[in-house]
Amino acid sequence: MSKRNKHIPVTKGQATTVRIIWMIVSGILGILILFPLLWMVSIAFRTSEQTFTSQLIAPDATLANFVHVFTEVPFLLYMWNSFFVSTMVTVIALFFHTMAGYALARLRFPGREFIFLAIFSTFLVSLPVIIVPLFVIVKSMGMLNSYAGLIIPAIFNAFGIFLLRQYYLSIPREIEEAALIDGASYWRIYLSIILPLSKPIMSALAILFFLTNWNSFLWPLTIASDPSLWMVQVGIANFSSQYAASWNYMMAASTVVAIPTLVLFIVFQKQIMDSLKTSGLK
Amino acid sequence: MASVEIRNAVKKYGEVQVIHGVDIDVGDGEFVVLVGPSGCGKSTLLRMIAGLEEISGGTISIADEVVNDLEPKERNIAMVFQNYALYPHMTVAENMGFSLRLSRVSKDEAKAKVENAADILGLGALLDRYPGQLSGGQRQRVAMGRAIVRDPKVFLFDEPLSNLDAKLRVQMRAEIKALHRRLKTTTVYVTHDQVEAMTMADRIVIMRDGHIQQIGTPLELYDNPQSMFVAGFIGSPSINFIPGTLKDGTFHGIGGLSFASDGPEGDAVAAIRPNKLGLSPGGSEWDVLEVEPTGAETMLMLQAGEVQITISVSDRTTLEPGDKTGLSALPGDVMLFDPKTEKRIL
Repeated sequence: MSKRNKHIPVTKGQATTVRIIWMIVSGILGILILFPLLWMVSIAFRTSEQTFTSQLIAPDATLANFVHVFTEVPFLLYMWNSFFVSTMVTVIALFFHTMAGYALARLRFPGREFIFLAIFSTFLVSLPVIIVPLFVIVKSMGMLNSYAGLIIPAIFNAFGIFLLRQYYLSIPREIEEAALIDGASYWRIYLSIILPLSKPIMSALAILFFLTNWNSFLWPLTIASDPSLWMVQVGIANFSSQYAASWNYMMAASTVVAIPTLVLFIVFQKQIMDSLKTSGLK
Repeated sequence: MASVEIRNAVKKYGEVQVIHGVDIDVGDGEFVVLVGPSGCGKSTLLRMIAGLEEISGGTISIADEVVNDLEPKERNIAMVFQNYALYPHMTVAENMGFSLRLSRVSKDEAKAKVENAADILGLGALLDRYPGQLSGGQRQRVAMGRAIVRDPKVFLFDEPLSNLDAKLRVQMRAEIKALHRRLKTTTVYVTHDQVEAMTMADRIVIMRDGHIQQIGTPLELYDNPQSMFVAGFIGSPSINFIPGTLKDGTFHGIGGLSFASDGPEGDAVAAIRPNKLGLSPGGSEWDVLEVEPTGAETMLMLQAGEVQITISVSDRTTLEPGDKTGLSALPGDVMLFDPKTEKRIL
């Protein structure tokens, strides 16, 4: 046996040292991630004069920033717009993506692989690259300054279709064949077998879709100049133009916007992690 | 109940032909087992009967109706899959009643049918459980229950016991056979396990490379195989093949085996079941490789030249690995095959 294959004994002290090092590294990474968020919350409770002080907890913390955000600008409307658009995109996208994923995984039709590759290739193109032609198309369809303009272009998501297709490929084909013999049509198999079996992956995708659209900025900024259609991220960005240095208001608004994201992540973190593990991406 | 007629059935995947003009008649209420090595086309043929694979040529009829162009649900068949194929998100009762729900059977009638099938299979206490909460044997029963409630004309089984351990397999084998005796439904059963085929079938169809090698009752195939493949496939332990020559009315085989035979002169292969060979202590042509006592009998692995054989003796033996021995066989216990065509000579 070569030396390389020999088991190297590790003393208890060495194991503890390694564990402590890992804990310190994890702690530092955690602080690096959490600190900006803590700083955001900290600024949200400060007055404009204290915005750039180095104290994490302000001596005279105030809720005035939050009051301002909800009273001086229609921030509740922005939140409603974001909620409505994110929910609609999520529901419609899941409806179509499950069908597309199932068709690409299971149904045999000419050009199936080409269509899948075409969808997959859109992974390589980011929104800024296509935003001008997309804007032109949406404008020519008369969807500028409308919910349709905010929702419809956001529905297509190659990641969702890819993830669902991979998931459906992992479902044993015999289950569908058993349903065929039991008398189910393709539509019935999709509704009664495939959709219920997709619940875990659909819930993970629903969270990802919702969060993506809740936090989307570039497309809503491009398509909606009407303030009554602004979504939260556009609304937050607008603080900097209206109030040149109102970081306290921006941070208060950002804190409010982060709450649903945070709640969703805490409640559904298992599904989110599962979806990332399943896809092998990101 | 119904008969199944397969006439000149062909299956092609593009240019590759995997079923070559197969003819099989399965009688009303008969239990027919398709058996053969992996890749012989038995599962494909079963799936063609089920309607899960298109038929490239020939016809398949169920109850005298050609079903080539019928959807699986229109064929009035039920199928049990190797991996059970239960719906994981449905309870046992929902799994068994799914087909009834689709065919709009009233709730009361469906419930009665599911309970009846559950009683037959001893699943009464498990109706509210999910497949993930069941053992392999219980899942297999649910899969059978799902087939029973539909009251189909034909049962199709695709290697249903492959995923079970040896003990459970023997138990489920007996249960399936008992179920068939009780329901008398025409059954086509696929397996690669010749013991399963021998113990369960009314008739066995032996397949190889998409061709039927032989059809017959288990004992017909055991006693009267028409090719070396069938002789070697049926029987456990496998039959022994000893090459030799027929000359002047006597077969002279490797290892000094000889006996009188009136077959045509020339090269031949003698095939002898392990329990039909006897030890001839005076001889020394065969080396003893292994001795495996099982209590009731002892298995001996012997070698002469490049030929290895197995014999089983019911008497206790003092032979040990490394010893030498001779062999004897009665002419009536030996089958002769042509080594070129592998067909039976005598």
